[in-house]
Amino acid sequence: MAQGLGKIIKSENNIFQLAVITICTFALMCWLLPGTFLTMRNFRSMSFQFPELGILSLAMMLAMLTGGIDLSLVGIANLASILGAFVFVKLMPANSSHEVVVAYIVGVVALALFVGMSCGLLNGFLISKLNVPPILATLGTMQFYTGIAIVLTKGAAVIGLPTQYSVIGNGSLGVFSIPLIIFIVLLIFFAILLRKTNFGINLYLIGSNAKAAIFSGIKVNKNLMISYMIGGCLAGLAGLIMSSRTNAAKADYGTSYILQSILVAVLGGVKPTGGSGKAIGILIAVLALQFLSSGFSMLRFSNFAKEFVWGVFLLAIMIVNYFTNERNKT
Amino acid sequence: MPNRIVCLADIEKSFGGVKVLNKVSLSVKEGEICCLAGENGCGKSTLIKIISGVYAQDSGQIALNDRSYSRLKPIDSIREGIQVIYQDFSLFPNLTVAENLSLSDQVESRRAFVSLTNMRRIARESLAMIGIEMDTDKTVEELPVSGKQLVAIARAVYCNARLIIMDEPTTTLTQKEIESLFALIRHLKEKGISTLFVSHKIREMLDITEKITIMRNGRVVASGDTGAFDEVSITQAMTGRDIGGERFHWGGSLDEEPLLRTEKLSKKGAFSGIDLSLRRGEMVGITGLLGSGRTELALALFGSAPSDEGKIFRNGVEVSIRSIQDAMKNGIAYVPEDRLTEGLFLDQSIERNLFANTYKKFETFVGMLNFKKIRVTASEAMSNYGIVSPDIAMPVRSLSGGNQQRVVLARWMSTGAQVLILNGPTVGVDVGSKFDIHKKLREIANSGVGILIFSDDIQELIINCNRILVVHKGRFTNELDSEFLKEHDLVECLNANR
Repeated sequence: MAQGLGKIIKSENNIFQLAVITICTFALMCWLLPGTFLTMRNFRSMSFQFPELGILSLAMMLAMLTGGIDLSLVGIANLASILGAFVFVKLMPANSSHEVVVAYIVGVVALALFVGMSCGLLNGFLISKLNVPPILATLGTMQFYTGIAIVLTKGAAVIGLPTQYSVIGNGSLGVFSIPLIIFIVLLIFFAILLRKTNFGINLYLIGSNAKAAIFSGIKVNKNLMISYMIGGCLAGLAGLIMSSRTNAAKADYGTSYILQSILVAVLGGVKPTGGSGKAIGILIAVLALQFLSSGFSMLRFSNFAKEFVWGVFLLAIMIVNYFTNERNKT
Repeated sequence: MPNRIVCLADIEKSFGGVKVLNKVSLSVKEGEICCLAGENGCGKSTLIKIISGVYAQDSGQIALNDRSYSRLKPIDSIREGIQVIYQDFSLFPNLTVAENLSLSDQVESRRAFVSLTNMRRIARESLAMIGIEMDTDKTVEELPVSGKQLVAIARAVYCNARLIIMDEPTTTLTQKEIESLFALIRHLKEKGISTLFVSHKIREMLDITEKITIMRNGRVVASGDTGAFDEVSITQAMTGRDIGGERFHWGGSLDEEPLLRTEKLSKKGAFSGIDLSLRRGEMVGITGLLGSGRTELALALFGSAPSDEGKIFRNGVEVSIRSIQDAMKNGIAYVPEDRLTEGLFLDQSIERNLFANTYKKFETFVGMLNFKKIRVTASEAMSNYGIVSPDIAMPVRSLSGGNQQRVVLARWMSTGAQVLILNGPTVGVDVGSKFDIHKKLREIANSGVGILIFSDDIQELIINCNRILVVHKGRFTNELDSEFLKEHDLVECLNANR
């Protein structure tokens, strides 16, 4: 058993290190801020904040596993949330009964998933069929999707969403916030999808060596298309949570999420060259960043320290990984 | 006595447990034209990389111009006047001849600005040193292969080369270009510049060189003045007979319906009019020089680069093979030429490499894979194919070349293929593993699978195939029954096409 654990630690070296560092960060914050950090109130407020980024990071991981990247995720999220918001504002009759509103909410969720899937399909088509490098293809579609959203809204926020809708982003089941529950369910789903199904393993193989995957008869194009479509669906879902939490949909909401989701994926052990990464790594990485940003804002260094601290954290992790990997080599 | 530019003694080198060089000694004197001969994978390239300081030897002594080096670096090797011209010439194709020739001078003089006149002068001077004139304003990619080679040689000479090592310099040259290259090599000799000619073409070595060193499986098997060798003795030394073993016999009959048959199969610019048949349990070899169209033929049969014309029949029924999926559906498997880039997922586990295209077989309800069954099947496959590793979760990178090749073979045989196409099945595999792979292939053939082996390895073909087809310029020129075929005859047959 001890040997088995040792083996796991060795094979998942970087994730294990990150977990240790995350726990240390957590302990440090608890020690520095016993009255504010280590409170139920703080945990509840954090549990509303990080799932959005977590879900986008899962989508980013999916693209990076195959050796690609998806810069259009936030664009997709905003487009989906704006189209959803239009349904509420323009189509739903005012003073609808509770049942009608719920029916509209179900419809909007389905619409967001459909929009996400369609956007992902376009990304997948450009990348697999037209062989456009993923970074360029999704850079283009990012502009395209954001552009549609801006044209539709003329840059203004769409407001006046029904109160029932805000449950998705602000509600709770017991002590757990709804966004957290959605994130955890997705996390488990992706952990299983990637590790235990033919499709998931194919993604790792494609990311590891696309040429060998072709020669092994794996349908590389089809798998890539599906993976970008799933990524789009995740982005659509994240968009719903964002608009529901803030009770508004805006074309340029959360644009810093795109680089942050790359940061989370890389911290979580996803190799930018493809072929390696785990869902659990995303959870640990996104938690680490949340602990840091909540902790530092409570320490009242500055309200703007978040970016700075995250940057330092990423650099520190990369340096630690470099030295431990070097040591393991010899 | 002229001094020795290179003197290697008892060099040893291993990669991942495979001994690539075993007590190799070699010396080249000033003004000497030497030949380093041997088949693909015998250790020639590794030896060159040791002389040029790219690899460090595990043990043994290196002396350049009588100075001994314990750890030779590339820059030391260049300072001692060793210049290597690789097959790809290492030129900058998008730059002009003048730019290519003056680049090193430009870097060394640390000038910030480029002087076009200066560049042209250097280019003309260096070309004059080898007695050649050409337009120095042309970009290198516009030049024919022989022109690129001349630029590479001129650059080497201009960098004060004392020994130029040429890796397979004649592979893509015409007869006339080869002759002028040889004249140039003799011209360099008069200037006191030695040449180490790396080749496996016997006639050329007899023509040009004064001394021959022949390597096989990482050892020097023969060495001496060229006068002491003839074609037969060189072939014998290069191919060797130590792991010969019994030749393959096919017990089937030619009247049987072939597993795979092609009729006038053609692909523009690659091959044309290919009529091929493969019966149950046959091992058919296909060989030809580089660029003869044989790899294209293999890829067309596997559907990855489909043919444009002609028909393919499986068990007498015409089939259309337009994609790899079509080939798989029709029970055709392909073990690619370059295991590292086309065959393996190096960072992924042995398990994933074994089942890359057969995971679907292990799906249970809602698409979940049955990993218990996968592990059992994996350990069966590993013992069946003699893959040695403590754990199937280890990355396939950790295996030796022979084990890696067996993983690819096992992957394809687990698809239940009836036609197995192998492209260079034992390239970069050590002798022992080679023998095991051949044994395994015979077992597979005896179980009723038809095997097509595309290979350069003449000995491998003769021992393992019942028929050998020679491809030249996209057509089959000879069909040889390997029963009593001599290696020498097959070499002759290939050389006749040159």
